[in-house]
Amino acid sequence: MSHAPQAPQAPQTPGPGGDKVIAPGHTLATVSDKITKIVLTRATPRGWYLGFAGSFLLVMVLMVSIGKLLVSGIGVWGVNVPVGWGLAIINMVWWIGIGHAGTLISAILLLFRQEWRTSINRFAEAMTLFAVACAVVFPSLHVGRPWLAYWLLPYPNTMSLFPQFRSPLEWDVFAISTYGTVSALFWYVGLIPDLAALRDRAKSKPWKIAYGILAMGWRGAARHWERYETAYLLLAGLATPLVISVHTVVSFDFAVGNVPGWHATIFPPYFVAGAIYSGFAMVLTLAIPLRKIYGLQDFITLRHLQNMAKIVLATGLIVAYGYAMEAFFAWYSANPYEESMLVNRMTGPYWWAYWTLLLCNVLTPQLLWSKKIRSSVVALFVIALVVNVGMWLERFVIVVTSLSRDFLPSSWDTYTPTRWDWGLYIGTFGLFLSLLFLFIRFLPMISIFEMRTLVPTEGGDEEGHG
Amino acid sequence: MTNAESPRTAPDLRAIDAIRAELSSARGDDFWHRLEELSARPAFQDWLQQEFPSQAPRFVPALERREFLRLMGASLGVVGLAACTRQPDERIVPFARAPEYVVPGQPRYFASALTLGGAALGVLVESHMGRPTKIEGNPDHPASLGATDALAQAAILSLYDPDRSHSCLRAGQIDTWSAFTGELSGRLERLAALQGQGLSILHAGESSPTLADQLARLSTRFPRARVHRWTPVHRDQERAGAELAFGRDVGTHYHLDRAEVVLALEADLLGSGPGAVRYARDFAHGRLGRAGAAGMNRLYAVESTLSLTGAMADERLALRPSEVEGFARRVARELGLAVEAPALDAFAERFAVAAARALDARRGAGLVVAGREADPAVHALAHTINYELGNTGATLEHTDPLDDLARPAAADLRALVEDVRARRVDTLLVLGGNPAYDAPAELDFAGALASVPFRVHLSAQVDETSALCHWHVPEAHALESWGDARAHDGTVTIVQPLIAPLFGGKSALELLAFVLGEGEKSAYETLRERWRAKSGLAGADFERFWREALHDGVVAGTGAPGVEVHLRSSLDFGASPATATGGLELALRPDASTFDGRFANNAWLQELPRPITRLVWDNALLIGPRTARERELENGDVVELAHEGRHLRAPVWVVPGQAEGTLTLHLGYGRRRAGALGTGVGCDAYALRTGERPWFVTGVELVRTGERHELVTVQKHPSQEHRSLARVATFDRFRADPLGATRPEHGTSELAPPSLYPGFPYEGHAWGMVIDLNACIGCNACMIACQAENNIPVVGKGQVANGREMHWIRIDRYYEEPAGTVDERVTVVHQPVPCMHCENAPCEVVCPVGATVHSSEGLNEMVYNRCVGTRYCSNNCPYKVRRFNFFPYADFETESLKLQRNPDVTVRSRGVMEKCTYCVQRINQARIQAQKEERPLRDGEIVSACQAVCPTQAIVFGDVNDEASAVARLRKEPHHYGLLAELGTRPRTTYLAKLRNPDAELSGT
Repeated sequence: MSHAPQAPQAPQTPGPGGDKVIAPGHTLATVSDKITKIVLTRATPRGWYLGFAGSFLLVMVLMVSIGKLLVSGIGVWGVNVPVGWGLAIINMVWWIGIGHAGTLISAILLLFRQEWRTSINRFAEAMTLFAVACAVVFPSLHVGRPWLAYWLLPYPNTMSLFPQFRSPLEWDVFAISTYGTVSALFWYVGLIPDLAALRDRAKSKPWKIAYGILAMGWRGAARHWERYETAYLLLAGLATPLVISVHTVVSFDFAVGNVPGWHATIFPPYFVAGAIYSGFAMVLTLAIPLRKIYGLQDFITLRHLQNMAKIVLATGLIVAYGYAMEAFFAWYSANPYEESMLVNRMTGPYWWAYWTLLLCNVLTPQLLWSKKIRSSVVALFVIALVVNVGMWLERFVIVVTSLSRDFLPSSWDTYTPTRWDWGLYIGTFGLFLSLLFLFIRFLPMISIFEMRTLVPTEGGDEEGHG
Repeated sequence: MTNAESPRTAPDLRAIDAIRAELSSARGDDFWHRLEELSARPAFQDWLQQEFPSQAPRFVPALERREFLRLMGASLGVVGLAACTRQPDERIVPFARAPEYVVPGQPRYFASALTLGGAALGVLVESHMGRPTKIEGNPDHPASLGATDALAQAAILSLYDPDRSHSCLRAGQIDTWSAFTGELSGRLERLAALQGQGLSILHAGESSPTLADQLARLSTRFPRARVHRWTPVHRDQERAGAELAFGRDVGTHYHLDRAEVVLALEADLLGSGPGAVRYARDFAHGRLGRAGAAGMNRLYAVESTLSLTGAMADERLALRPSEVEGFARRVARELGLAVEAPALDAFAERFAVAAARALDARRGAGLVVAGREADPAVHALAHTINYELGNTGATLEHTDPLDDLARPAAADLRALVEDVRARRVDTLLVLGGNPAYDAPAELDFAGALASVPFRVHLSAQVDETSALCHWHVPEAHALESWGDARAHDGTVTIVQPLIAPLFGGKSALELLAFVLGEGEKSAYETLRERWRAKSGLAGADFERFWREALHDGVVAGTGAPGVEVHLRSSLDFGASPATATGGLELALRPDASTFDGRFANNAWLQELPRPITRLVWDNALLIGPRTARERELENGDVVELAHEGRHLRAPVWVVPGQAEGTLTLHLGYGRRRAGALGTGVGCDAYALRTGERPWFVTGVELVRTGERHELVTVQKHPSQEHRSLARVATFDRFRADPLGATRPEHGTSELAPPSLYPGFPYEGHAWGMVIDLNACIGCNACMIACQAENNIPVVGKGQVANGREMHWIRIDRYYEEPAGTVDERVTVVHQPVPCMHCENAPCEVVCPVGATVHSSEGLNEMVYNRCVGTRYCSNNCPYKVRRFNFFPYADFETESLKLQRNPDVTVRSRGVMEKCTYCVQRINQARIQAQKEERPLRDGEIVSACQAVCPTQAIVFGDVNDEASAVARLRKEPHHYGLLAELGTRPRTTYLAKLRNPDAELSGT
C-alpha cells in the first residue's frame, strides 16, 4: 500500500523495530503468540496488581467525591456566580478531547489505509471508550439536581415536556451519546476476530466460554471476513464524521454563549484540532510505558511513535494558530469586551494559566521539529505529558478566565477549585486507569489479526524491506 | 421529693441494688407480684425521683443543642397557642383594603410605626392570615411617604428571630412573669414607702408620648425615683449645638424639596437618622433629571468618610473630623459673619468660598445641615448661617425637641452610674436598650450594674445587659405590641400589634403600668386612656378618632408646631480650634446594618452589603488609600488601635473618599451575646467610645499586628473599566444636548440594535422597569424589600465570599475618579441591577430543559420545578443577575422563620436557579383584582417590592405598551438607555442616566 517510503539506509536509532511498523523476524505465529500470551498464559505481573490496586483506590476517591456531591450539593465545589462552570466542564471537555485520537486512528487512518495505525488502534480505541466514560461522569453530576439530569433526554413523559433543542447542552447529549455508542461498537466489532483467537487459545473452560460468547461464533470463514471488512469499513465511515462533530458540538457550548472569550467562530475547528492534539498526546503517554512493560517494542515501533509525534506537531500548530486568531480577532474586532478579555487572560488573576498554556501547547511541541527528539522515547513521553497538561489548561482558561470577568465589572469574581473538585477529577483518572488495566489484562491490547497482515509473507511483502 | 433548688444528688445505688437482689430471687408469677409491690415502696419512689427528676429542667445560660431544640419546641407551642387562644377585644383596623372577613390568600395591611434613633417611621404591615410578612411604607406618614429604609424592611425578620428571648429569666433560669411581678411588687411596695428612694429607671429614649406620660406619672407614686435615658445613637451634639446657638434645645427638620443649595457638614442626611427616608424623597424631588428640567439642586458635602450623602453630592470635600469646624467657620466668614476662621488648604478654601457663594446667591433657598455626629460648634455655625441667610423657616423648621428630657444622654447615664457607685440605687429597671454593651467605655457600666441590689432588664434578646441582671423580661416586638411613636416632625402614630406576642413578650408600657401600681393593665388600655385624655374626646367621638388614627397610621394634627427661635445675642464662636495634630483621628458611626448593635442578629441586615464598602457580615476600620500606603496596610490587615489606655483590634479596609489621616469604624459589632448569628461578628467600636467624645476620637495610635482577617465584599472590582454601564453626565451638558450628553463615545446606544430576525409582537401588556440612576442614593432598601417579598435566603459570610449571595436585586457601586484628582475626590455612582427581562434573553436559549422561558407579556420566567441546575443560563447572562442554590440555602427547619414567608412565592430548594420575577405575584394579584372588577389594569396598580420601598422613587414599573404609563414616558427621556443594549438583548429594565450638577467654580482644576 502507499505510504511514506522507508529510508533505505540502516536505522539511525538502535532498538527493536527501528522505523518499521513491525520488527523483522516475526511470523504469523509469533505475532499471535506474543499478543495472546499477555492475556492467556503469562502470569499476571505483580506490577499489574499494584497498578490496578492504585487505580481502584482512586475509583474509591471518585465514589466518595460523588457521594459528597450528591449529599451536600454542588456547593461543595468552587463554582459560583459568575463562574458557574468549573473543573467539571473543563474535565469533561478534556476527557472527550482525549478520546478523539482513538477514533481518528481507528476510523480516519483506516480509511486512508495507514497501516502503521494497526498496532496502536486497539488500545487507542479502548482509550476513547474509557475517556468517554470518564467524560460523561461530569455533565451528569455537575447539574444542581443530578437525579433529574435525565430530563435532558427526549422521552415521552406525563409532563408532556421535551428538552429545549436550542440549547447546545442538548446537542451535547446527542453528540456524546452517539459518539460513545459508535466508539463502543467499532471497538467491539474490531475485537471479534481476536476474541475468537483467544477463545481458541484459552486453556481454561470458563475463559473459553467467556471469550466464545464474546466472539459471537466467529470461525474465520471467508464469508465472515468479507462481512466483517464491510461492517468495519461502514463503522469507520460512521465514526469519521464523529471525529469532527463531537468536539465541534462541545465547542458550541461555548461558542453559542455570549461570554467574551467564548463567543468565537473559530471554536469548532480549533477545538477539533485541540482534541486530536491532546488525544495523540495521551496515546503516546500510554503507549510508551505499555510497550516497555509488556515488551511490545516489536509491534509498537519507533516509527509509530514518530508518526504520532508528527501528528502532535501538526495539530499543535493548528491549535497555536487558533490561539493567535483568538487574540487577533479580539484586537481586530475593536470590541471592548473582547479586548478586555484578552488583556484579562494575559494579565488578570489567571495570567499564570494562560502563559503556562502557551508554554505547554505552543512552545513545547516545537521541539518535535527535531528528528532527534522525535526519536527519543523519553523526550516524547515528557512532551506528551506537557501537552496533556497544556490542553487541560486551555479548557481552564476558556471556561474559568472568560467567565470570571465578563461584561459587568461589578460581578467579576474568581473561582478556586475545592478538594471535591479535584477529588472528582483525580477519581476519573482512577476510573480510566482501572478500565485500562482490566483491558490489558483480559483483552488483546494489539489487534492480532491486523498485525498478522503486516507480517512479511513471501511475494506479497508490500511493507518495504529497506 | 427533695426541693428543686438543691443540687441533684447521685442516685442511691444501694437502693437499686437491693431491689435488684430482691427481684432476682423471684420466679414466674411471684416476680410480677414482687415488682408491683416493690414499685409502691417509698425507697423505690425516692430512687426513681432521684434518677428521673420530674422537676422543671434547669437551663444553663449557654443553650445546649438539646435544650435549644426543646426551647424551639416550646416556642412553637406558644405560636400555636397564640393562634388558638381567644384574642383580647382590642380592635386593630386594617388599612386601605378592608374586607369584611379575612379572605384566605388575601393579605391585609395595617398601619403602624417602627421607631429607630428616637424617631418613628410610619409603615403598613402586610398580614397573611394573621401573620405579618412584609413591611411597606405608609404613604400618609410624613417620614415615610410610602417608602422605608432597609432597617425597617428587616424588622419583620427580627420579629421571627428564633434567638429572641422566649421567657422571663431569673438569674439565667427560666421563670414566669407572675413570679417576676410577685417579686417586683414586694420591692415596689417597700420603695413606695420610701417615696421611691432607690428606684431608678433607665429607658432607651424612644419617642413614645405615652411612655413619657407614664414616666412623668411615676413621680406620684415614687416622688424620689429617678428616670434616666441612654441610647448610644443620641442627639447630644445637636442639642448642645442648639443650646449654643439659641440658648435652648430645639428640634430641627428640613424641607429639602425647597432647598436649591445644600451644604452638608458631616451629615448623612439621606442615609441615616430621623427623617432620612423623607429627606431622600425631597432631595430627589429637587433634582429630577428630566428633559426640559429648569434646574437641579446642588449638594455640597463635607465629611470625613464617604457616606451615601457624600456619594450623591455634586461637590464633595473630604476633611478630617477636627477640620470640619474650621471649614464651617470659613464659610460663615465668607458670608460676612463675624467668625474667626483658620487657614484651609487650597482646595478646601476654594470649596468653602464656592459653597458660601452658592448659599449667598440662594438666600432662603439654601440650607446648611450639620449631622448628628458633628461637633456642637458645627451645629451652632450651621444654625447661625441658616438664620442669617433667611433659610430658617423656609428650608428648615424648628420645633420643640421631640424629647423634653433634662439632660443629654451621656450626662444622664453618667448620673445613673454615679448614683449606683454612691449606693443610691436599690432597684434598677432597664427598659430596652443594651447599656452593658453600648455605654461609654469610661463609665464601666457593666461593672456598676453588677453592684445594684436588684436589677431588671426588659429586652427582646438575652443580651449582654440581661446576663448581668437578676431578672430578664422578654420584650414584645413593635409588631406585637401597642404603643405610640413620634416622627422626626412630631407626628404621632399609634403602633398597633399585628400578632399576639410570639414568645410572651411584654412592652415597656405594660411593665411601667405595673410599676405605677396599675397591675396587669394592658398597653392597649394605657394607650387609649392617654389618648382619650389627650384628645379630650369620649364615647363615639373618641372611637371615631381612634379608628381613624389606627387606620391612617397618623394621629391628625400631632405634628410639632414650629417655634420661633433667635440667635443668642451673646453668641461668640471664639478663636478657631487648634489645627489638627499629626495623629490619626477615629470617626465612629452607627452602622447601616446593625445600627447601634440591636440588629446584629438579623441575618438579612448582616448579609446586606454595607453602603459604599459593600462589605457583609463584618465591620472594618475604614482607611484612606494614602494613609494605608503610608502605614503599609492592606485590606484585611488587623491593626490595634489604642487611645487613653483602651485598645481595640480591627481589620482595615481601604476606601477612596476617606479623609486621609482619618479612620472610621462603625458601631454595633463585636457583640458578646447577640444570638447565634450576631455574636462575635466584627469588632466592638464601643471599646474606644467615651461619653465626652462619642463620635470622634483624636490622637489614636495604630499598630499593625501582622494578623489577617477575611473581610468579604460582594463587589470586588471598583471601576466601570470605561464601559458606559452606569452613565453619568453633567446637568449643564444634559440641558445643552439632552441626547448626546449621556451617549457613550463608542458603539451603539440603540435599545434594540438591528437584527436579522423579526421581533416578537407584544400585544397586550409588556412589562418594563425604568431605574433612575439620578435618583438612586444606593440605600439598599430595595435589596431587603425584595428579600422579604420573595423569600430569598441568606447564605452566610463564607458563601458570600465564594460569590454565592442570593439577592435578586443588587446595587452596583462604581467609583469614578475625575481625571487628575486624588483619591479623596472620588465620585460614586450607584446602579441597582435586577433582572433585565431581556426580550432576547440569552439565558432562555441555552437552557436544555426549557426551565426559563418568556411570557407573552415579556417576563423572563423561571420554572423552578423544571430546573435541573446546569447554570448555563447564569453563565450566559451578561448581567449576572441569576442566583443559584448551590446548597439548600432556604431554611426549612426553623419554625418561626416559616411564618415570615410570603405565601405567594415558592421557597426554592437546592440545585435550582432563581432570579428577579418583577414580583410576578403582585402582577397577578392586581390582574385578578382588575378582572374581578371587569376593568383594565391601571398604570401604577402594580408596584414591585423594590419600587414600593424606594425612598427616592427611582424605580418605576409598568406597561411599556401603554403610551400613557409612567414607565413609557420615562422610556422617551433623552437620557434613557439600556444596560449592555448593544448586545442585542433588548432589556426591559432600562435606566435613566445620572446627572451631576457640579459647581463651575470648582470643576476646573
